[in-house]
Amino acid sequence: MSFSKDFDQGTPVVSNPERVTVTIDGRSISVPKGTSVMAAAAQLGTSIPKLCATDMVKAFGSCRLCLVEIDGRRGTPASCTTPAEEGMVVHTQTDRLQKLRRGVMELYISDHPLDCLTCSANGDCELQDMAGAVGLRDVRYGHDGQQHRTEPKDESNPYFTFDSSKCIVCSRCVRACEEVQGTFALTIEGRGFGSKVATGAKDFLSSECVSCGACVQACPTATLNEKSVIQLGTPTGVVETTCAYCGVGCGFRAETQGDRVVRMVPSKRGKANEGHSCVKGRFAWGYANHQDRVTKPMIRARITDPWREVTWAEAFTHTANELQRLQAKYGKDSIGGITSSRCTNEEVFLVQKLVRGGFGNNNVDTCARVCHSPTGYGLKQTFGTSAGTQDFKSVAKADVVLVIGANPTDAHPVFASRLKRRLREGAKLIVADPRRIDLVRSPHIEAAHHLALMPGTNVALINALAHVIVTEGLVKTDAVKERCEPADFESWARFIANPINSPEQMEQHTGVPASEVRAAARLYATANNAAIYYGLGVTEHSQGSTMVMGMANLAMATGNLGRDGVGVNPLRGQNNVQGSCDMGSFPHELAGYRHVSDDATRELFEGLWGVSLSSEPGLRIPNMLDEAVEGRFKGLYVQGEDIAQSDPNTQHVVKGLEAMECVIVHDLFLNETAKYAHVFFPGSSFLEKDGTFTNAERRISRVRQVMRPLTGLADWEVTLGLANALGMNLKYSHPSEVMDEIARLTPTFAGVSYAKLDQLGSVQWPCNEKAPTGTPIMHVDRFVRGKGRFMLTEFIPTEERTGPKFPLLLTTGRILSQYNVGAQTARTANVAWHDEDVLEVHPFDAENRGVKTGDLVSLESRAGETTLRAVVTERVQPGVVYTTFHHAKTNANVVTTEFSDWATNCPEYKVTAVQVSRAAGPSAFQKEDRRRDVALRQVEAPHATR
Amino acid sequence: METTKLVHMVNQIALAFRLQPKDEAVSQTVEHLRAFWSPQMRQELLAYVASGGAGLEPLAKEAAAKLSA
Ligand code: SF4
Ligand code: SF4
Ligand code: SF4
Ligand code: FES
Repeated sequence: MSFSKDFDQGTPVVSNPERVTVTIDGRSISVPKGTSVMAAAAQLGTSIPKLCATDMVKAFGSCRLCLVEIDGRRGTPASCTTPAEEGMVVHTQTDRLQKLRRGVMELYISDHPLDCLTCSANGDCELQDMAGAVGLRDVRYGHDGQQHRTEPKDESNPYFTFDSSKCIVCSRCVRACEEVQGTFALTIEGRGFGSKVATGAKDFLSSECVSCGACVQACPTATLNEKSVIQLGTPTGVVETTCAYCGVGCGFRAETQGDRVVRMVPSKRGKANEGHSCVKGRFAWGYANHQDRVTKPMIRARITDPWREVTWAEAFTHTANELQRLQAKYGKDSIGGITSSRCTNEEVFLVQKLVRGGFGNNNVDTCARVCHSPTGYGLKQTFGTSAGTQDFKSVAKADVVLVIGANPTDAHPVFASRLKRRLREGAKLIVADPRRIDLVRSPHIEAAHHLALMPGTNVALINALAHVIVTEGLVKTDAVKERCEPADFESWARFIANPINSPEQMEQHTGVPASEVRAAARLYATANNAAIYYGLGVTEHSQGSTMVMGMANLAMATGNLGRDGVGVNPLRGQNNVQGSCDMGSFPHELAGYRHVSDDATRELFEGLWGVSLSSEPGLRIPNMLDEAVEGRFKGLYVQGEDIAQSDPNTQHVVKGLEAMECVIVHDLFLNETAKYAHVFFPGSSFLEKDGTFTNAERRISRVRQVMRPLTGLADWEVTLGLANALGMNLKYSHPSEVMDEIARLTPTFAGVSYAKLDQLGSVQWPCNEKAPTGTPIMHVDRFVRGKGRFMLTEFIPTEERTGPKFPLLLTTGRILSQYNVGAQTARTANVAWHDEDVLEVHPFDAENRGVKTGDLVSLESRAGETTLRAVVTERVQPGVVYTTFHHAKTNANVVTTEFSDWATNCPEYKVTAVQVSRAAGPSAFQKEDRRRDVALRQVEAPHATR
Repeated sequence: METTKLVHMVNQIALAFRLQPKDEAVSQTVEHLRAFWSPQMRQELLAYVASGGAGLEPLAKEAAAKLSA
């Protein structure tokens, strides 16, 4: 696609049902009241010269370039700060205006380096454009006066430079950092000629900046400029696609030269992000061309053999033969597959089709098993469908926001920016988290309550909150009566009113003062609109599913469902967690969450696929590994997941993998799991394929191919190759045909097609006859299941307990700059912020152990031991330690245990009893793992003749 | 699968339903096992119950026994 810039109407889009009509240069237009004259003109196709205005941020009125004349008004008001009014007659081009504008430009240019031809923003600079637009021909002021041109360049950020000699002090960057990102890292320092942009630190990298890039996008000059643009030049093409990192699902413009990405710019049409992004999506895409990418399929007989490169055809035949051999020898159920939440809906759908239709069993599971499977279970039981209730935009209408077990500023940054905007407008925040996450207190934001509970006591806390609501008469009785099953509500209310659930009783478990819980419950229950946002701190517990139901109970009891500003909202970890679940990745469910035992559903699939399907649930990931250790499960196709690093109790996972005879890893890199694999299918990145992702708001967005797959085949074609080698005879010529099949088989997707996605940009399911353009908010008049169902949520403490041997509780999480197991981000310059996992320890516990920041410490549980560096901080409470799992060299999951959620087997990552002590060197596991890194990753030199 | 794991898992499930009236708790536990456990895992559990079912919560035991029906 040829290059064109995103339309910028100069001031933010206003939504207001009331409209006004203005006449601009003789043409009239009707716009929502509150729209600026500048934006109204832009909508007519008239670009009024501007420098300090962009529609990312509110108008500021400082550059005086956008002056206009208005009939009946004196002077020349700035069009960016002047709202259009009914009947207004505006002139944008008069001799007087032109003279004034030239004068302004002359001043700017007199202090600007005149190296346009060699400037990195040549052709992409608004200052240059404006000089042209106002007809600037000469500059009367000499260049020999006081100037900024000698200011040094700040190149500390790995992705962009700050060359203040080119700065025109328009403050767009400062305002973008405040209004769009909400970080407040930049200020304008000094006054008059001496004023300049400052980070409040030595440089960008050491400042509060989180490298979201909003300022770079806002900057009209080359002052803030992407290093990739400086290196490669300005883009000449653009492809609209979707970020492949977190579950926010930001829309992006991949700006290119040919099939090379020059930069990623968040798209204003992306409805999840509306033009904003974080450091991962905008900058961390270099892994796609990293030297570690494997581009040829490889096979080997034993994991100790070196890999041998083969053709795709040989790889498919070999693998199919192996799988057939295993099934002949060990039975039909001895093999299975794992789909990935990093892959597209179409790829996921094909993998589960391969397993169900080709392997002939239901042994298919997905990495959502280890993150949000309790969400699926809990929300289905209570509301009737396994998905979040709102769109992200809805948070702009929330008055109270309860964030539980989520750290949005790190894990879902663009949603966090929306949330922070709402909080700055006055909404109240309650944070329930064992750690003092950034949201608890950051610039211009302070949580009304931080319920710093002990890990593993979520259900105790949610019951205590509900207890206050029920016993203090705060239930919205009308809403409950109208919308929920009365008998279930009655028994729940009786149960929850029992004093054992009171905040005072629960305090012994949670450690949260009862008065704080009572106050938080009142705040939540009495808000006009109260919304719950939660993450893996809710799900990854032995009572993860119970907690999800507990939150659903709370929302139903207070009438906080079915409209803007409310709801129960899972913040999904990976880009396509929602989609991979929707697509029938669970061993008990076909696409659209229909149980495999449902005859009518099975018949529908059988009819179209021409195979018979098993009506019995298959194995979940942990069960597959258990069965492997027992010797019954022998072959596994793993697409886009690294279970040897991401799944709990690594040593058990490795034992399971080692017990198998054919492990097929389909990934970008030779990951940890590939050390135990017999077949390696090289994968393709999101830039190399077509498809769709479904984000946490159920929003289905297109992923579009930007460059050809380095391996020759996109991932969907690889699955197809294997399926056909097994004799399935699948014929798809494009992923859109897979989506058509999904739509035919899945009622909630019935109206989805690539044509519709191209037309609307994205849609939120359900999208069908009843909702042809999708469903932003669920359960509006009634719940999907009919009446909402209150569930009893008894608090049952986890069996994972501290004791003399393991006296501390470990909880794990993520950091902004890294993503999950680091396969992608650890291969980018994001390591500038985080190049190793560290262990946060409270000063009290640190002192007891003689541990100081920077010390190497051993982290040991009953499952295993690893070593990493300590950071002593009060972010964690005494008795609790915290780390991330981004780096293979630490592999925090050596320590986590096999305990899991009662309903879904989602691992209890968030609670592990551990001991911490000073260490001299790597643990035995780490030493052995490093040996294996080399020994099990050898690649045979390719034959000259092959 | 290791018996201790199986026992741990089914006990967890039964406990999650234990506040329901007895019959319902049993039937929901059974339903859960049928909906989410593979036939192999259910068979192993049945065999374990037949061999005495040591360590199983009473509710879990009762539900497990019903799996054959
Ligand atoms: S990159 Fe983002 S956080 Fe950093 S200064 Fe710019 S807007 Fe602020
Ligand atoms: S850095 Fe760019 S956006 Fe910021 S004040 Fe300077 S010119 Fe304006
Ligand atoms: S990682 Fe998430 S928040 Fe960041 S750009 Fe990608 S989708 Fe958006
Ligand atoms: S664009 Fe209006 S004053 Fe700068």
